[in-house]
Amino acid sequence: MNCIIIDDDETARLIIRQLCNKSKQVNVLEDFSSAISAIKYLNFNEVDLIFLDIYMPSFSGFDFIQTLKSPPKIILTTSDKNFALQAFEYESVIDFLVKPIKEERFNKSLQKVSSVKKIKVTNNTEDSNFMYVNVDKRLVKINIPEVYYVEAKGDYISIKVENKSYLVHSTLKKIEEKLPSSLFIRVHRSFIINITKIIDIEDNSVLIQKGVIPISRSNKSELMKRLNLL
Amino acid sequence: METPNLNYIRELSGGDINFEESILSVLKKEFPKELLIFKENFEQKRFEEVANNIHKFKHKISILGFKKGLDLASDFEKEIKKGNIELYQDFLVILDKIRVYLEKYNPTKV
Repeated sequence: MNCIIIDDDETARLIIRQLCNKSKQVNVLEDFSSAISAIKYLNFNEVDLIFLDIYMPSFSGFDFIQTLKSPPKIILTTSDKNFALQAFEYESVIDFLVKPIKEERFNKSLQKVSSVKKIKVTNNTEDSNFMYVNVDKRLVKINIPEVYYVEAKGDYISIKVENKSYLVHSTLKKIEEKLPSSLFIRVHRSFIINITKIIDIEDNSVLIQKGVIPISRSNKSELMKRLNLL
Repeated sequence: METPNLNYIRELSGGDINFEESILSVLKKEFPKELLIFKENFEQKRFEEVANNIHKFKHKISILGFKKGLDLASDFEKEIKKGNIELYQDFLVILDKIRVYLEKYNPTKV
Protein backbone atom coordinates (compact mmCIF):
# COMPACT_ATOMS: atom_id res chain seq x y z
CA MET A 1 0.00 0.00 0.00
CA ASN A 2 1.50 3.34 -1.04
CA CYS A 3 0.88 6.34 1.15
CA ILE A 4 1.77 9.97 1.71
CA ILE A 5 1.92 11.90 4.97
CA ILE A 6 0.64 15.47 5.34
CA ASP A 7 1.52 17.26 8.57
CA ASP A 8 3.01 20.66 9.26
CA ASP A 9 4.94 19.23 12.23
CA GLU A 10 8.19 17.53 11.27
CA THR A 11 8.28 15.35 14.40
CA ALA A 12 4.79 14.06 13.56
CA ARG A 13 5.90 13.19 10.03
CA LEU A 14 8.95 11.34 11.34
CA ILE A 15 6.83 9.37 13.80
CA ILE A 16 4.27 8.30 11.20
CA ARG A 17 7.10 7.34 8.85
CA GLN A 18 8.63 5.20 11.60
CA LEU A 19 5.28 3.54 12.32
CA CYS A 20 4.82 2.78 8.62
CA ASN A 21 8.33 1.33 8.37
CA LYS A 22 7.75 -0.87 11.40
CA SER A 23 4.40 -2.13 10.12
CA LYS A 24 5.91 -3.23 6.77
CA GLN A 25 2.42 -2.89 5.26
CA VAL A 26 2.79 0.66 4.04
CA ASN A 27 5.30 2.26 1.75
CA VAL A 28 5.74 6.00 2.30
CA LEU A 29 6.11 7.71 -1.08
CA GLU A 30 6.44 11.28 0.17
CA ASP A 31 5.67 13.51 3.09
CA PHE A 32 4.45 17.11 2.96
CA SER A 33 4.42 19.97 5.43
CA SER A 34 1.43 21.58 3.72
CA ALA A 35 -1.76 20.40 2.07
CA ILE A 36 -1.14 22.66 -0.91
CA SER A 37 2.10 20.92 -1.87
CA ALA A 38 0.34 17.56 -1.49
CA ILE A 39 -2.43 18.63 -3.87
CA LYS A 40 0.22 19.45 -6.44
CA TYR A 41 1.75 15.99 -5.98
CA LEU A 42 -1.62 14.25 -6.23
CA ASN A 43 -2.29 15.93 -9.56
CA PHE A 44 0.35 13.64 -11.03
CA ASN A 45 0.54 10.66 -8.67
CA GLU A 46 -1.84 8.09 -7.28
CA VAL A 47 -1.71 6.88 -3.70
CA ASP A 48 -3.71 4.31 -1.72
CA LEU A 49 -3.67 6.05 1.60
CA ILE A 50 -3.09 9.49 3.11
CA PHE A 51 -2.16 10.24 6.70
CA LEU A 52 -3.61 13.68 7.10
CA ASP A 53 -3.20 16.15 9.94
CA ILE A 54 -6.38 18.13 10.53
CA TYR A 55 -5.01 21.22 12.21
CA MET A 56 -2.68 23.02 9.84
CA PRO A 57 -2.26 26.76 9.35
CA SER A 58 -4.16 28.41 6.46
CA PHE A 59 -5.43 25.17 4.88
CA SER A 60 -6.80 22.48 7.18
CA GLY A 61 -7.10 18.75 6.60
CA PHE A 62 -10.85 19.16 6.12
CA ASP A 63 -10.29 21.84 3.48
CA PHE A 64 -7.90 19.45 1.78
CA ILE A 65 -10.41 16.56 1.68
CA GLN A 66 -12.95 18.82 0.01
CA THR A 67 -10.59 19.46 -2.88
CA LEU A 68 -10.33 15.75 -3.74
CA LYS A 69 -12.72 14.47 -6.35
CA SER A 70 -11.72 10.81 -5.95
CA PRO A 71 -10.10 10.67 -2.55
CA PRO A 72 -7.99 7.70 -1.56
CA LYS A 73 -8.41 6.20 1.89
CA ILE A 74 -7.58 8.71 4.58
CA ILE A 75 -6.45 8.32 8.17
CA LEU A 76 -6.76 11.58 10.05
CA THR A 77 -4.21 12.46 12.70
CA THR A 78 -4.70 15.13 15.32
CA SER A 79 -3.82 16.25 18.83
CA ASP A 80 -7.44 17.22 19.41
CA LYS A 81 -10.06 14.55 20.14
CA ASN A 82 -12.83 17.05 19.51
CA PHE A 83 -12.46 16.72 15.75
CA ALA A 84 -13.56 13.05 15.79
CA LEU A 85 -17.22 13.62 15.01
CA GLN A 86 -16.53 15.93 12.12
CA ALA A 87 -13.90 13.53 10.77
CA PHE A 88 -16.36 10.75 10.07
CA GLU A 89 -18.60 12.98 8.00
CA TYR A 90 -16.25 12.14 5.15
CA GLU A 91 -16.63 8.72 3.57
CA SER A 92 -12.99 8.55 2.60
CA VAL A 93 -11.94 8.85 6.24
CA ILE A 94 -11.29 5.35 7.52
CA ASP A 95 -9.91 6.17 10.93
CA PHE A 96 -8.91 8.89 13.32
CA LEU A 97 -5.66 8.73 15.30
CA VAL A 98 -5.01 10.92 18.31
CA LYS A 99 -1.40 11.99 18.82
CA PRO A 100 0.85 10.74 20.27
CA ILE A 101 0.05 7.71 18.12
CA LYS A 102 0.61 4.35 19.79
CA GLU A 103 1.99 1.54 17.65
CA GLU A 104 -0.79 -0.89 18.54
CA ARG A 105 -3.48 1.64 17.67
CA PHE A 106 -1.69 2.50 14.43
CA ASN A 107 -1.61 -1.14 13.35
CA LYS A 108 -5.32 -1.53 14.10
CA SER A 109 -5.93 1.44 11.90
CA LEU A 110 -4.02 -0.20 9.04
CA GLN A 111 -6.13 -3.33 9.46
CA LYS A 112 -9.23 -1.19 9.10
CA VAL A 113 -7.82 0.30 5.91
CA SER A 114 -7.12 -3.14 4.46
CA SER A 115 -10.63 -4.31 5.22
CA VAL A 116 -12.17 -1.43 3.29
CA LYS A 117 -12.05 -2.52 -0.33
CA LYS A 118 -12.63 0.66 -2.21
CA ILE A 119 -13.94 4.09 -1.44
CA LYS A 120 -17.21 4.86 -3.13
CA VAL A 121 -17.00 8.32 -4.55
CA THR A 122 -19.99 9.65 -2.74
CA ASN A 123 -18.54 12.21 -0.44
CA ASN A 124 -19.88 15.69 -0.49
CA THR A 125 -17.47 16.87 -3.15
CA GLU A 126 -19.00 14.72 -5.88
CA ASP A 127 -21.97 16.92 -6.47
CA SER A 128 -20.21 20.12 -5.65
CA ASN A 129 -20.00 22.75 -8.32
CA PHE A 130 -16.51 23.94 -7.56
CA MET A 131 -12.92 22.84 -7.50
CA TYR A 132 -9.69 24.29 -6.19
CA VAL A 133 -6.70 24.87 -8.43
CA ASN A 134 -3.16 25.75 -7.50
CA VAL A 135 -2.20 29.13 -8.96
CA ASP A 136 1.12 30.66 -7.84
CA LYS A 137 1.05 28.70 -4.56
CA ARG A 138 -2.52 29.82 -3.83
CA LEU A 139 -5.53 27.55 -3.98
CA VAL A 140 -8.15 29.34 -6.02
CA LYS A 141 -11.78 28.29 -5.96
CA ILE A 142 -13.34 27.91 -9.39
CA ASN A 143 -17.03 27.52 -10.00
CA ILE A 144 -17.15 24.66 -12.51
CA PRO A 145 -20.26 25.68 -14.50
CA GLU A 146 -18.62 29.09 -15.04
CA VAL A 147 -15.64 27.57 -16.86
CA TYR A 148 -15.78 28.36 -20.59
CA TYR A 149 -13.04 26.06 -21.77
CA VAL A 150 -9.73 24.52 -20.80
CA GLU A 151 -6.70 24.58 -23.05
CA ALA A 152 -3.53 22.47 -22.78
CA LYS A 153 -0.36 24.56 -22.81
CA GLY A 154 2.70 22.33 -22.47
CA ASP A 155 2.99 21.22 -18.85
CA TYR A 156 0.17 23.59 -17.93
CA ILE A 157 -3.51 24.06 -18.61
CA SER A 158 -5.27 27.36 -19.03
CA ILE A 159 -8.73 27.47 -17.45
CA LYS A 160 -10.84 30.19 -19.05
CA VAL A 161 -13.59 31.76 -16.98
CA GLU A 162 -15.57 34.92 -17.70
CA ASN A 163 -12.99 37.65 -17.15
CA LYS A 164 -9.75 35.79 -16.74
CA SER A 165 -7.70 32.66 -17.33
CA TYR A 166 -5.92 30.59 -14.70
CA LEU A 167 -2.66 28.91 -15.66
CA VAL A 168 -2.35 25.69 -13.67
CA HIS A 169 0.40 23.07 -13.61
CA SER A 170 -1.66 20.02 -14.60
CA THR A 171 -2.83 18.02 -17.58
CA LEU A 172 -5.99 18.04 -19.67
CA LYS A 173 -6.54 14.38 -18.74
CA LYS A 174 -6.50 15.18 -15.02
CA ILE A 175 -8.96 18.03 -15.24
CA GLU A 176 -11.19 16.06 -17.60
CA GLU A 177 -11.69 13.54 -14.77
CA LYS A 178 -12.84 16.33 -12.48
CA LEU A 179 -15.22 18.05 -14.85
CA PRO A 180 -18.80 16.73 -15.15
CA SER A 181 -19.31 15.03 -18.51
CA SER A 182 -22.85 16.45 -18.62
CA LEU A 183 -21.32 19.91 -19.16
CA PHE A 184 -17.92 19.36 -20.71
CA ILE A 185 -16.61 17.61 -23.78
CA ARG A 186 -13.17 17.16 -25.30
CA VAL A 187 -13.28 18.65 -28.81
CA HIS A 188 -9.58 18.60 -29.60
CA ARG A 189 -6.46 17.09 -28.09
CA SER A 190 -5.74 20.52 -26.58
CA PHE A 191 -9.26 21.67 -25.68
CA ILE A 192 -12.15 20.76 -23.42
CA ILE A 193 -15.17 23.01 -23.74
CA ASN A 194 -18.29 23.76 -21.74
CA ILE A 195 -21.18 22.86 -24.07
CA THR A 196 -23.51 25.42 -22.51
CA LYS A 197 -21.12 28.24 -23.42
CA ILE A 198 -21.05 27.58 -27.16
CA ILE A 199 -22.16 30.57 -29.22
CA ASP A 200 -21.85 28.98 -32.64
CA ILE A 201 -20.19 26.20 -34.57
CA GLU A 202 -18.73 26.63 -37.99
CA ASP A 203 -17.04 23.84 -39.92
CA ASN A 204 -14.28 22.64 -37.64
CA SER A 205 -14.32 25.32 -35.00
CA VAL A 206 -16.53 26.47 -32.19
CA LEU A 207 -16.96 30.00 -30.86
CA ILE A 208 -17.00 30.40 -27.09
CA GLN A 209 -16.93 33.91 -25.69
CA LYS A 210 -14.32 35.53 -27.97
CA GLY A 211 -12.31 32.36 -28.49
CA VAL A 212 -12.35 30.27 -31.64
CA ILE A 213 -11.61 26.70 -30.64
CA PRO A 214 -10.69 23.98 -33.13
CA ILE A 215 -12.73 20.78 -33.30
CA SER A 216 -10.88 17.69 -34.39
CA ARG A 217 -12.58 15.43 -36.92
CA SER A 218 -12.68 12.51 -34.51
CA ASN A 219 -14.44 14.55 -31.81
CA LYS A 220 -16.94 16.36 -34.01
CA SER A 221 -19.59 13.64 -34.26
CA GLU A 222 -19.67 13.22 -30.46
CA LEU A 223 -20.09 16.97 -30.07
CA MET A 224 -22.91 17.09 -32.60
CA LYS A 225 -24.70 14.27 -30.79
CA ARG A 226 -24.56 16.23 -27.54
CA LEU A 227 -26.10 19.38 -29.01
CA ASN A 228 -29.79 20.02 -28.89
CA LEU A 229 -30.17 20.29 -32.66
CA LEU A 230 -33.40 21.41 -34.27
CA MET B 1 5.76 17.16 39.11
CA GLU B 2 6.14 15.75 35.59
CA THR B 3 9.51 15.74 33.88
CA PRO B 4 10.37 15.04 30.23
CA ASN B 5 11.21 11.48 29.28
CA LEU B 6 11.99 9.49 26.16
CA ASN B 7 9.75 6.47 26.91
CA TYR B 8 7.43 7.03 23.97
CA ILE B 9 10.24 7.74 21.52
CA ARG B 10 12.20 4.69 22.66
CA GLU B 11 9.16 2.43 22.50
CA LEU B 12 8.54 3.62 18.97
CA SER B 13 12.14 3.31 17.89
CA GLY B 14 12.40 -0.36 18.81
CA GLY B 15 16.14 0.20 19.19
CA ASP B 16 16.47 2.25 16.01
CA ILE B 17 19.04 4.80 17.18
CA ASN B 18 18.86 6.75 13.92
CA PHE B 19 15.18 7.38 14.46
CA GLU B 20 15.72 8.50 18.06
CA GLU B 21 18.46 10.90 17.00
CA SER B 22 16.39 12.28 14.13
CA ILE B 23 13.43 13.04 16.38
CA LEU B 24 15.59 14.60 19.09
CA SER B 25 17.55 16.69 16.65
CA VAL B 26 14.30 18.04 15.12
CA LEU B 27 13.03 18.83 18.61
CA LYS B 28 16.28 20.55 19.53
CA LYS B 29 16.15 22.57 16.32
CA GLU B 30 12.44 23.50 16.28
CA PHE B 31 11.54 23.93 19.92
CA PRO B 32 13.63 27.02 20.81
CA LYS B 33 12.37 28.84 17.71
CA GLU B 34 8.76 27.95 18.47
CA LEU B 35 9.21 29.05 22.07
CA LEU B 36 10.47 32.47 20.98
CA ILE B 37 7.56 32.94 18.57
CA PHE B 38 5.08 31.84 21.24
CA LYS B 39 6.47 34.31 23.81
CA GLU B 40 6.51 37.13 21.30
CA ASN B 41 2.94 36.46 20.21
CA PHE B 42 1.87 36.36 23.85
CA GLU B 43 3.60 39.64 24.66
CA GLN B 44 1.96 41.25 21.64
CA LYS B 45 -1.41 39.81 22.74
CA ARG B 46 -1.88 38.00 19.43
CA PHE B 47 -3.99 35.38 21.19
CA GLU B 48 -5.25 33.61 18.10
CA GLU B 49 -1.65 33.02 17.07
CA VAL B 50 -0.80 31.99 20.62
CA ALA B 51 -3.56 29.34 20.44
CA ASN B 52 -2.01 28.02 17.22
CA ASN B 53 1.41 27.93 18.88
CA ILE B 54 0.02 26.00 21.85
CA HIS B 55 -1.65 23.55 19.51
CA LYS B 56 1.66 22.86 17.82
CA PHE B 57 3.41 22.41 21.19
CA LYS B 58 0.88 19.77 22.20
CA HIS B 59 2.45 17.07 20.09
CA LYS B 60 5.94 17.77 21.41
CA ILE B 61 4.66 17.89 24.98
CA SER B 62 2.92 14.55 24.55
CA ILE B 63 5.83 12.70 22.93
CA LEU B 64 8.06 13.84 25.80
CA GLY B 65 5.75 12.12 28.26
CA PHE B 66 3.80 15.00 29.82
CA LYS B 67 0.28 13.68 30.44
CA LYS B 68 -0.96 16.38 32.81
CA GLY B 69 1.04 18.88 30.79
CA LEU B 70 -0.95 17.91 27.71
CA ASP B 71 -4.24 18.48 29.54
CA LEU B 72 -2.99 21.86 30.70
CA ALA B 73 -2.00 22.75 27.13
CA SER B 74 -5.46 21.79 25.85
CA ASP B 75 -7.12 23.91 28.54
CA PHE B 76 -4.84 26.86 27.87
CA GLU B 77 -5.48 26.59 24.13
CA LYS B 78 -9.21 26.89 24.78
CA GLU B 79 -8.90 29.67 27.34
CA ILE B 80 -6.50 31.87 25.40
CA LYS B 81 -8.99 31.98 22.54
CA LYS B 82 -11.31 33.74 24.99
CA GLY B 83 -8.49 36.04 26.07
CA ASN B 84 -7.97 34.28 29.42
CA ILE B 85 -4.23 34.24 30.23
CA GLU B 86 -4.51 32.62 33.67
CA LEU B 87 -2.68 29.42 32.65
CA TYR B 88 0.25 31.17 30.97
CA GLN B 89 2.74 30.84 33.83
CA ASP B 90 1.93 27.16 34.46
CA PHE B 91 2.29 26.44 30.77
CA LEU B 92 5.56 28.31 30.64
CA VAL B 93 6.94 26.06 33.41
CA ILE B 94 6.33 23.01 31.18
CA LEU B 95 7.91 24.66 28.17
CA ASP B 96 10.89 25.67 30.23
CA LYS B 97 11.43 22.11 31.45
CA ILE B 98 11.42 20.92 27.86
CA ARG B 99 13.82 23.67 26.82
CA VAL B 100 16.31 22.76 29.57
CA TYR B 101 15.96 19.04 28.85
CA LEU B 102 16.59 19.48 25.14
CA GLU B 103 19.52 21.82 25.75
CA LYS B 104 21.15 19.18 27.96
CA TYR B 105 20.32 16.30 25.65
CA ASN B 106 23.40 14.75 24.17
CA PRO B 107 22.82 12.10 21.48
CA THR B 108 25.91 10.10 22.45
CA LYS B 109 24.44 9.51 25.94
CA VAL B 110 21.06 8.16 24.74
